[in-house]
Amino acid sequence: MTTHDTAEIDKHVRTYILVFVGLMALTLVTVAVSYLDLSIAAGVGLALLIAAVKGSLVACFFMHLINERKLILAVLLFTVLFFLAVLLLPVLTQSNAVEI
Amino acid sequence: MSEAIPYTVDIRPDTGLNNVKLGMWLFLASEVMLFGALFAGYILLRVGSEDWPAGNSILNVPLATLNTIVLITSSVTMVMSWASLLRKSFDKYRLYMGATVLLVVVFLVIKTIEYSAKFDHHLYPSTSTFLAIYFTLTALHGLHVIGGMAVNAYLWGPGAKMWRSAPEQFTNRVEAAGLFWHFVDLVWIFLFPVLYLL
Repeated sequence: MTTHDTAEIDKHVRTYILVFVGLMALTLVTVAVSYLDLSIAAGVGLALLIAAVKGSLVACFFMHLINERKLILAVLLFTVLFFLAVLLLPVLTQSNAVEI
Repeated sequence: MSEAIPYTVDIRPDTGLNNVKLGMWLFLASEVMLFGALFAGYILLRVGSEDWPAGNSILNVPLATLNTIVLITSSVTMVMSWASLLRKSFDKYRLYMGATVLLVVVFLVIKTIEYSAKFDHHLYPSTSTFLAIYFTLTALHGLHVIGGMAVNAYLWGPGAKMWRSAPEQFTNRVEAAGLFWHFVDLVWIFLFPVLYLL
């Protein structure tokens, strides 16, 4: 935020409260879903999808990424790419496992 | 020559940002990789294990759910404290930042109860691979929580004197502390289902 007039801040505060309500609801959904009789793949996928939505809400609105400068978004794009590469390493290890 | 650190308030022409915000985001990028490496470790251990326990069979889901609610609420009070400074309402800032620090204390108390229950049942990091990665991830996250609490408590107490002498710089400090705090919240949002529910 570069300009801080009262109306703009009030608008942001209303957004924070809406996001808060959304995060609370999604937390309860996450717990409820874990009690459903789903396959492991479906359970993991659904739990991570809900976590990703919650994480996006925090990053976009509480951390203001939704209207952040391009430089920061570029830094984060590279971070996400490297993060995904690190997460992919165990999968690659499994695909090349040696039978003992 | 001025000894003031440049661009704590002013926008740097080449980046379009003040150094406080850019510095914090670069630090958070390194933090993503730190936790990323540990999440990768978790995946490697889990897919390589023949018998991985369900988190809810060992861990206390209601307490962790309560902690999730506490941490999310602290994120809201944190961002409200920053918004209060933008409104030039220092009293409300103190209220929201104080609430944030208190919520962090509640989180840590709940976490201590959880850890104590595990130790009482002789469940240690050395007990199983699952508990080893559980304690590693949650303890590292806990250290971040303690670090964030120390900074927030400083900005609520002695550090708040800066509001009188340099309000814009103080507001930027609170914004940077907030970015870190929201990151800590974000990490927990992923840790909670991964460790407790899957």
